[in-house]
Amino acid sequence: MLDIIGPFFKNLYDTTGWNFIMFYEQYEYDRFVDAMWVSVKLIVACLIFSLIVGFIGAWGQGAKSKILRLSIAGYIQFFRNTPPFIQLLVFYFVIGTLTPQVDMGGYNEAIIGSFGWAVIGMGFFAGAFNTEIFRSGIEAVPTSTVEAAEALGYSRMKSYIYIIFPLAFRVCLPALNNNLVNLLKTTTLAYGIAVPEMMYTANQIWSDNVNVPEMMIVLFIYYIGLVGILVWGMHRWEQKMRVPGYG
Amino acid sequence: MLGFKTLTAPGVRSDHARPQDNTGTDMPVLLPFRAKHNKDGFFVHHGGRLFVDMKLRHGLMIFAVFALWGGAAEAAAKVGGLAWAMASLWEWTPFILKGFSLNILISVLAMLIGTIAGAALGLMQVSLLAPVRGSSWIVTQFFRNSPWLVLLFCVMLLFPFEIDLGFVVIPIPDWMKAVIGFSLPIMANISEVVRGAVISLPSGQWESAESLAFSRRQTMWMIILPQCIKRMVPPWINWYCILTMATPLCSIMGVEESVGHTVQAMNALGDRPELLAPFYFFLLFIHFIFTYPIARFSISLEKKFAVKI
Repeated sequence: MLDIIGPFFKNLYDTTGWNFIMFYEQYEYDRFVDAMWVSVKLIVACLIFSLIVGFIGAWGQGAKSKILRLSIAGYIQFFRNTPPFIQLLVFYFVIGTLTPQVDMGGYNEAIIGSFGWAVIGMGFFAGAFNTEIFRSGIEAVPTSTVEAAEALGYSRMKSYIYIIFPLAFRVCLPALNNNLVNLLKTTTLAYGIAVPEMMYTANQIWSDNVNVPEMMIVLFIYYIGLVGILVWGMHRWEQKMRVPGYG
Repeated sequence: MLGFKTLTAPGVRSDHARPQDNTGTDMPVLLPFRAKHNKDGFFVHHGGRLFVDMKLRHGLMIFAVFALWGGAAEAAAKVGGLAWAMASLWEWTPFILKGFSLNILISVLAMLIGTIAGAALGLMQVSLLAPVRGSSWIVTQFFRNSPWLVLLFCVMLLFPFEIDLGFVVIPIPDWMKAVIGFSLPIMANISEVVRGAVISLPSGQWESAESLAFSRRQTMWMIILPQCIKRMVPPWINWYCILTMATPLCSIMGVEESVGHTVQAMNALGDRPELLAPFYFFLLFIHFIFTYPIARFSISLEKKFAVKI
């Protein structure tokens, strides 16, 4: 890969002074490609975790137990109304120091590293929004449908999995789409706890090579490209899942 | 009153049919509708104004917590342990709150700039001229879809630290650059709010304005926008909340706001591990008590407006 694009970017630097160093130097290239993968992994992990949190949370909000419902409402209000950056710091510095350490042969390492805490922190943050989104979708499912499921002998759990959730999911996909894009942009906060993702590595590269404008252009292209892919994928999915005559 | 009682057959309880409130009758009449209590979620209406719904005992409880905390701060002088950490937190609270005031200042200024620029951009998005519409759409999508942190870095690193006007040099402090950095995504999102509000109005408004010989500009300023304001207020407040929650980001770039001050306070106290939990949770707490009432207000406003349409 470097052999193909390298000469072009080297030439670009020599003739115009635009220093895209990670496209022609092996060391920076490796660092850059690693960061791209870490970022993508972080985003995918956060998306999946937040969806799971939202799924469980929305189910719990309709539970009979008042304590469960109140605690989920408290969780949502707390995570919605506090800064995600400070949440991440709390997860990493406060809860992270309380978790047990593992002996890695000479040095100790926490069970959950900065990557893990980034996934957990931002997963819970976006999960609070996902819970509300799923709940609004569940409320949009007509009661007659729920009653029909009950009449057919579905238990509460089974009707949630097979009847209510699939319908609710289709209703709330546009709102979910919005929130997931938001989550994708929020993953840059992992910079704050030194996860070697794109933002962090870009900062390292421009600190070493003093090429801030070039790295900024690359960052914008990278993130807007990812958002574009996510929006396009969600849109395709939405159309695939459309039930004719419903919504 | 008495007639009603005598009409009832002996042994039949008629208590349940008797209205209990002070309407002056216990006859089985249909009383005029009156809302039971004028509560609106977190708020209570009183004399046409909104108040936070708290009883005296809630106030006393909050006061007691702070009094106990202050008392503990006086008592614990020995270094180490949770009591000491809480005492130190009490001591450093004014410093952290001073940092928090910068958060609020940044959010208010960024909201101001973002709203003005966003309103202009939003109106450009509903322009009849295709180039204006297209270019403003691209600007909006660009700033809406890039991460806040990247925009912030961009402004912080690429903006000059002072502007030389020839006769006078205007220094731009870091927090001022942060204001600009935050106002860019706010601008793009407010632009979408404005566009959404204009589009959401029924097309009959445009048509009837046209039939009354209003020009396009007159229709916009005298008919469409006044109706839009009401629809834009709840999302606008919502964006203010999101912005306020994003302001701690600028601590990464060394702006001395609440997070920066908290870290400095912990450094001054020797970076002991037992400080982490109280200080960081306190930070979350002050942000929560600032944002939560505003968010509730936005929701209650949304409900109120939704009924009237």
